[in-house]
Amino acid sequence: MAALINVPSKAKRGEIIEIRTLTSHIMETGFRHTADGKLVPRDIITTFICRYNGAEVFRADLFPAVAANPYLSFFTVAKESGKLEFEWIGDNGYSSTASASITVE
Amino acid sequence: MIAWRAIAAAILLATGPALLAGEIPSDARRSGYAFMGPDTRAMQDDDTANPGMLFVLHGEQLWKKKIGSADRACADCHGDARGSMKGVAARYPAFDKALARPVTLDQRINLCRTNHQQATPLPYESRDLLALSAFVGHQSRSVPITAGDDPQLGPFVEQGRELFMEREGQLNLACTNCHDDNFDKRLAGAPITQGQPTGYPLYRLEWQTLGSLERRLRSCMSGVRAQAYDYGSPELVALELYLMSRARGLPMETPAVRP
Repeated sequence: MAALINVPSKAKRGEIIEIRTLTSHIMETGFRHTADGKLVPRDIITTFICRYNGAEVFRADLFPAVAANPYLSFFTVAKESGKLEFEWIGDNGYSSTASASITVE
Repeated sequence: MIAWRAIAAAILLATGPALLAGEIPSDARRSGYAFMGPDTRAMQDDDTANPGMLFVLHGEQLWKKKIGSADRACADCHGDARGSMKGVAARYPAFDKALARPVTLDQRINLCRTNHQQATPLPYESRDLLALSAFVGHQSRSVPITAGDDPQLGPFVEQGRELFMEREGQLNLACTNCHDDNFDKRLAGAPITQGQPTGYPLYRLEWQTLGSLERRLRSCMSGVRAQAYDYGSPELVALELYLMSRARGLPMETPAVRP
């Protein structure tokens, strides 16, 4: 699934950087019914993980109240150049990944 | 009051030759963007926070994908959309010679699919159709709207204008009652805008997805307790055409974000 990631391409060592992620997902709550009364099964992202050069720096649990196409913004300290990896895990075996690289001077 | 209105209308008629009574003069036209709060504006302005951009990305993939029995992608005929599609959405709905009537961008995409790609048309409001029209529309970002300039469209713009002015539904309201006469006021808590269709297909937070202008028009119609026209009906296309010609000169914002 498509994702939009905003990570500064360059940062100074020790600088606090903001990371913004937006991913495509319907986030069906599991509380809604169709016109003929059938329950629409829940289909949401349940976990989001961000790893910075392999080490987990941010994790979030998501619930049915989160809107479609979840947008998450968080901060970390720029320690070294490398790769930020993002992973979204959800219902029905949903899994999606994205990555971004950063240069730390 | 009535006399003043008549004088104001006369002045409007005298200053702008193409301007009809009750119409918003071009320098007073404002996109729905101008009526939004700072948070929603920020969301639209930042391409990594604007959920409509997810659809644009999806549309870009579809643009390059070979489909149908002709095994052709949009890109095989139209090439790089950044050049070939720039300004196109600002001219739609446009007149189709073969059909002798205006077609919307969504309908044009489906005509291309059936005629040139030998593929099945995409259903209205489906993810793929919205993604393709968002991708094509995105290429016209900040291009001023010129739809309705084609003289062949004259009667259809007029039909749309009549529909815009016509009272309908149990609440007996015409589009013009809110969007010409009462913009800048509020309907319950929500600001009434001028109804300028500058950013379609757009991401509406209430819908939690992208939606077309036709979807927006239909929800306004059910709001006044009227029977909404079907997707793709000549009436909706005429209304869409009139609205675009009414927004002449405003820059395109596709994909916009609206509350």
